[in-house]
Amino acid sequence: MNVIVLANILIVLTISFGAIFILITAIGLIRLPDVYTRAHAASKSATLGVMSILIGVFLHFWLIEDHFNPRILLGILFLFITGPVGGHVMSRAAYFSGVKTWKGTVKDELKPEYERKVKETSLKIKE
Amino acid sequence: MAFQIMLNFFIAFIWMFLSSSFSSSSFVIGFMLGMLMIYIMRNFFPGRLYISRVWALVKLTMLFMKELMLANIQVFMVIIKPKLDMRPAIFAMQTELEHDWEITLLSSLITLTPGTIVVHVSDDSKTLYIHAIDIDDVESAVDSIKNSFEKAIMEVSRS
Repeated sequence: MNVIVLANILIVLTISFGAIFILITAIGLIRLPDVYTRAHAASKSATLGVMSILIGVFLHFWLIEDHFNPRILLGILFLFITGPVGGHVMSRAAYFSGVKTWKGTVKDELKPEYERKVKETSLKIKE
Repeated sequence: MAFQIMLNFFIAFIWMFLSSSFSSSSFVIGFMLGMLMIYIMRNFFPGRLYISRVWALVKLTMLFMKELMLANIQVFMVIIKPKLDMRPAIFAMQTELEHDWEITLLSSLITLTPGTIVVHVSDDSKTLYIHAIDIDDVESAVDSIKNSFEKAIMEVSRS
């Protein structure tokens, strides 16, 4: 009995933790000013949020329903591998198609490299 | 390193045949004995013991988990702050890592750690261009984090 109560507490904690972080991601996507800062919110909090929800689901089926499901663990692993790559690729694509950074940005060391690349490949930039 | 792991498996199977019990527990015992033998014979192998490399990998995973939690708390703080007064910046960072997989691993780790996202990797893969969400407290702290990650990855990859 006690073990079940403890397991339930753990499950509720992990799932609500994940839900809170997904909420944070959503608020961040609305509040933050430009695509790069939004990528911060999307790539970090969403990964951790979905991950802890999956851990909660895994624990529920393992401890309460007595069914060990390794596919959920594989899902967590794949999320880990693909989450940061998605954030990186989207922010890079945004930068190289000429999306401006927010006006509060203090330093931009990618600019020379970007201009050199544009000259090299004669990419069209939108002004 | 792969050779040492193969050798360890081989010893484990020999142990199973010697004791003529083909169960997973005797495999585990054989594997432990093989690990001990390889440790005693460590001077005969070129390169490092694979056990220390596995240990370095475990340490890297632990470091990564810690940084992931810190990153989320930091993003949380930035988002719920009533005034948007963070100062984002893109800065360049030199890396000493050589193999492609090391650089991929490093940039994934950087992307999931506090306040930083890799925007671009230069063509010769010597420089990473990183977007930081708040340059004030990050730039000095970031260097130490990068050094710790880079060092941990080197610890895994050096032969």
